[in-house]
Amino acid sequence: MSAEFYFGMEVFLNGLMAGVMYSLVALGFVLIFKASGIFNYAQGVMALFAALTLVGFQNGQIPFAHLINAIFGTDLHYFGWHMPALLAIAFTLLVMIAFAYIVEFLILKHLVNQEPIILFMATIGLAYFMEGLGDLMWGSDIKKLDVGIPQGGNFWIEEKTAFLGGENFYGFYLDNLDIVAAILAAFLVSGLVAFSQYTKTGRALRAVADDHQAALSVGISLRAIWVIVWSIAGFVALVAGIMWGTKSGVQFSLSLIALKALPVLMLGGFTSIPGAIIGGLLIGVGEKMFEFLIGAPYLGGATENWFAYMLALLFLVFRPQGLFGEKIIERV
Amino acid sequence: MTQAVQAEDGYTTADGRKIGGIVMEMKKITLRFGGVVAIKDISFDIREGEIRAIIGPNGAGKSSMLNVINGFYHPQEGEIFFHGKKRGPMKPYQIAEQGTARTFQNIALFKGMSTLDNIMTGRITHMKTNLLDQMLWWRSAETEEVANREVVERIIDFLEIQAIRKTPVGRLPYGLQKRVELGRALAAEPKLLLLDEPMAGMNVEEKEDMSRFILDVNDEFGTTIALIEHDMGVVMDIADRVVVMDYGKKIGDGTPSEVRANQAVIDAYLGVAHD
Repeated sequence: MSAEFYFGMEVFLNGLMAGVMYSLVALGFVLIFKASGIFNYAQGVMALFAALTLVGFQNGQIPFAHLINAIFGTDLHYFGWHMPALLAIAFTLLVMIAFAYIVEFLILKHLVNQEPIILFMATIGLAYFMEGLGDLMWGSDIKKLDVGIPQGGNFWIEEKTAFLGGENFYGFYLDNLDIVAAILAAFLVSGLVAFSQYTKTGRALRAVADDHQAALSVGISLRAIWVIVWSIAGFVALVAGIMWGTKSGVQFSLSLIALKALPVLMLGGFTSIPGAIIGGLLIGVGEKMFEFLIGAPYLGGATENWFAYMLALLFLVFRPQGLFGEKIIERV
Repeated sequence: MTQAVQAEDGYTTADGRKIGGIVMEMKKITLRFGGVVAIKDISFDIREGEIRAIIGPNGAGKSSMLNVINGFYHPQEGEIFFHGKKRGPMKPYQIAEQGTARTFQNIALFKGMSTLDNIMTGRITHMKTNLLDQMLWWRSAETEEVANREVVERIIDFLEIQAIRKTPVGRLPYGLQKRVELGRALAAEPKLLLLDEPMAGMNVEEKEDMSRFILDVNDEFGTTIALIEHDMGVVMDIADRVVVMDYGKKIGDGTPSEVRANQAVIDAYLGVAHD
């Protein structure tokens, strides 16, 4: 085999890894969409907010420091302690659960039985509100996030595969962070699938997604379910926020990863948890391979920016429910 | 209306079943939607172990009545007593937790879920492990799941729907969907079972099957049943006592034979002009 072939394979593997990162974001969308039919535009901002809060806790930042300083003329910035990563993650998780309660209490409760478009608009409002809140609480500077996940190329893999492609090939370059992300995603998805299939609450989640009235009549509290769903979505957002934040720093453009999740959802289907993963992998591999094989040599490159959306468009035309979305069954 | 057979603490039916005390009592219920009066000043009771029917022509307010009992609607006036205790304005899921299960006229199943999962949702009020236990799948969550699964399997056997255990209910024919819905309600082991037109849209054979299941449920589990039905013939065959509604008002209440002889009921069904 030529070195070319192994370069291609490396691109493929890196595509898979990039795909996992997309999937992590898409997963949060699917969870909320499944249980409440809401397309949660704020999912990306939730990831950003979780990452900001995590960094804030870790560095002992004083929340709303700028605001306090501006009003009282003080000069506060840090508490002066440094929190261990695991503890900070636990605290951030509590914040995300509290956030789920607040969303339910202030927004969802009042919009029961409204049109999906109204709920969607509400989540857009929520997204901008949270972006502003994150800014106000933790400041708008780019922050470094380090929770101890290894980063940089994995030398072991590189060494072990170096013999494959001859002299010009130095082995597969895979980022440790991406590998961790892939392992995490695998655990997350199998956990979520098992939870929704084999537990009472999982079944209740699916029931609520299917029919509100019937769910109420068997004794399911919609409000409790929504809090649970938004908490889980908050947890997924935290995982995505950690991975993306570690990869590219915690900055406000992080909220835009939500846009990359859209084509993933179109491919995987809005209602399928495994679909979110497969969709992410397909998009990741697709855009990398397209760039490698067609984009860079023939189209002048930079195809990665639009490839995912074009693929999503094709899917909308030929298979609107996505690869794994629930088929719309209609009895006439 | 006098009922000779009815004593304070129950009565004995024609076929010799003992009917107990009052499970649910509705007192002077009035329900309005804006200016429209759906239910007007209706009182009746449901006794333990009986099959109580609510009948009446289209738009008489029967379904509204069931929705009041089940907590989807809250009446503007009147009181509801459950096992002798006055019931405040409760959410439907709280009423379900108290032991009231129901089916719907237009079938409200979880269409994407299998028959088994649908009936399992009926067990939710009996499953008490907390979220953390379920997430970590501790022993308690597993034992509970298995125990409840056994109950559900018994119900599946009882309703003779073993063959469609794994089928998503959206794909089932109408009659079977109705049966699954009954199964889900039964899974809750309700103290009071509400059936909203359990036989609507069924052919004669399916109606007979459904009647048999309703009678069997009442007989084997002693479940108190309140049902709404359109088909007079079926109601007269299976109900112990019947409330007749017309234009939101109660026009008759008693055993099937008493109701059948009631002039107001005959008028309502044969369509005497209302002025």
